[in-house]
Amino acid sequence: MTTSNDNVLEVRDLRTYFHTEDGTVKAVDGISFDLKRGETLGIVGESGSGKSVTNLSIIRLVPSPPGQIVSGEVKFGGQDVLKLSEAEVRRIRGRRIAMVFQDPMSSLNPFMKISRQLMETTQLHLGHTKAQAREHAIKMLDMVGIPEARERLDSYPHEFSGGMRQRVMIAMALSCEPELLIADEPTTALDVTIQAQILELIKTLKRVTGTSVILISHDLGVVAGMTDQLIVMYAGKVFEQAPTRDLFANPGNPYTRGLLRSVPDPTDEQGKLYQIPGQPPDVAHLPPGCPFAPRCERAEEICHRDFPPFVQLAAQHFSLCHFANEVYAESQAESKRA
Amino acid sequence: MNHDEPKVPTEPNESESSQAALGAPMSASVVAPLTDAAIHTPPEVAVAEGDVRRVREEEVETYVGGRSLWRSAWRRLLKNKLAVFGLLVVAIVTISSLVGPSLLKRTTGMTPDYIPGDAALIKSFPPFQAPDGSFSWTHPMGTDRQGRDLLARVLQGGQISLMVGFIATLMSLLIGVSYGAVAGYLGGRVDNLMMRLVDVLYAIPYIILVIVLLAMFKDQTPRGQLILLFVALGSVSWLTMARIVRGQVLSLKNQEFVLAARAVGVSTPRIIFRHIVPNTLGPVIVYATLTIPSVMLAEAFLSFLGFGVQPPLASWGSLVTDGIQNIGIFPWQLIFPGVTMALTLFSLNFLSDGLRDALDPRTRKF
Repeated sequence: MTTSNDNVLEVRDLRTYFHTEDGTVKAVDGISFDLKRGETLGIVGESGSGKSVTNLSIIRLVPSPPGQIVSGEVKFGGQDVLKLSEAEVRRIRGRRIAMVFQDPMSSLNPFMKISRQLMETTQLHLGHTKAQAREHAIKMLDMVGIPEARERLDSYPHEFSGGMRQRVMIAMALSCEPELLIADEPTTALDVTIQAQILELIKTLKRVTGTSVILISHDLGVVAGMTDQLIVMYAGKVFEQAPTRDLFANPGNPYTRGLLRSVPDPTDEQGKLYQIPGQPPDVAHLPPGCPFAPRCERAEEICHRDFPPFVQLAAQHFSLCHFANEVYAESQAESKRA
Repeated sequence: MNHDEPKVPTEPNESESSQAALGAPMSASVVAPLTDAAIHTPPEVAVAEGDVRRVREEEVETYVGGRSLWRSAWRRLLKNKLAVFGLLVVAIVTISSLVGPSLLKRTTGMTPDYIPGDAALIKSFPPFQAPDGSFSWTHPMGTDRQGRDLLARVLQGGQISLMVGFIATLMSLLIGVSYGAVAGYLGGRVDNLMMRLVDVLYAIPYIILVIVLLAMFKDQTPRGQLILLFVALGSVSWLTMARIVRGQVLSLKNQEFVLAARAVGVSTPRIIFRHIVPNTLGPVIVYATLTIPSVMLAEAFLSFLGFGVQPPLASWGSLVTDGIQNIGIFPWQLIFPGVTMALTLFSLNFLSDGLRDALDPRTRKF
């Protein structure tokens, strides 16, 4: 009882496959996690690793066909979202789970005034009248830091800059005070200064509203300061799952270590940028062993042959690797030395 | 001149420093500031002016284009002389068709269906002629074979021709847009089924459709036949519109704002008609303005064949038909309705061309 009260979201063994002409793409292949009320979960991975599909699956927005949620359970507020009817899911979308998308340039309808897009949500879910919705929209724009909200409410999206549009998207997402906010690479399309502002905004609003957040990013720097828990995904699989602090201090997976090493270090002036060799795999045709093995520095024969186990390293620290314990020990030794 | 100018500013500086070093500060300080000022001010002023001008232009740009997409499209349309000409002609023809007949009745007393009683007279008069051959304002376009005032008939024919065009276009907007949008958005099997139906309807020539309709509902009054014509042309005119809108929707539905709308919990019909359809309006408007002349032409063609508008009602097509029979003796019977129709069709085509350029940013000229 206590656990279901604490956890806003419980995802169990979620699998989403895309049936393409090229074969079945296992975009998400068995992901499980819990998200506590008010916490932030980060999902990190390269393009095509299944981050976005995971989140689209949570609110059942996977394009179907070709996509199909094959199995799993998404318990949100005690009910399995995957078993609800379309109408019931629609009542959750926007009202209880809201999303912010990657590209603010294309996620606002260019032919609709900001006001109409903002008001639509609250009129739909909170039963606001036009006047109420308008006032609420102004309040939300104020909250996300858009100056002169009242005057700007009737602008079209193209009159706003990228950062402002992302603020509008966040205002839209939060206008029904959702229990869960999914931010799918909310800052990827923005430049660095705006990125910091938006992240700060999400952080502040999270504190104010008590919303849980799932933050998707390919940028470890972004998730480091924002999240409580981290999931590292690769080829549709969870490669490592741990509290953020622990994962950054003691990565227990060669892939995570590679990711951490490829973050450029501004203090290291002339240092060469590290990159993980090779290309992300073709998810439709995965080798039998570890999907990362062809790019892994410490891959041995077993890695190419057998699928690695999901090893528990600490209370909440898991890693998908044949040598998880060794890597973890190495990381611990390194961080002690440092 | 151009070669000299860049050199000049450096030289005084050099001479200034060298002279200062040589211990002749007096002459240097007197000469240098003067030349500096003389040389530096002109480019500075020029740059400042240029900057100011550029800023002003940008301000105008954002002010006019910034408010809405429609306003900037409108502005681009007004820059296109042919389109403005088309717009003017269409407006004039429309207005005079609407108010012309009643105005004419009041001034010259002529109505489209008034046939002079005296059957013994030669009935068709050239423009501006009275029955006795003297100058008269009564029939500015002359009369037709039965002595009816041609101007009144051309205006009334304009009413019907434009009405056919607009009603068929309205049908194509209502049916075509929603049909195409639904098919495109739902996709898959529904799309396949809906578009195959369109293909089947495409395969039926509209002339046959009209003939069948006329045969089915025989013995109509002229007005009833007109309605049949509307139905027949309207029922085929939406097909291309449906295809165009479907194509647009197919590309629009994968855009992120549609996903965002779905993520907010907007229902499917609302997404189709409130979120996606407004985004297709550009091509839809362009195609609609192209539909009007093509439907008018189709009506004229049907009337020409005798399937369309029946007397005493007139359309441009039926007037041309009448005119052709007497082309040798009474050329004005062909020229006036023919020129009016051609001018209107031209203008509509110019207008739709202009609209396409104004609404489609890719063909936009800066």
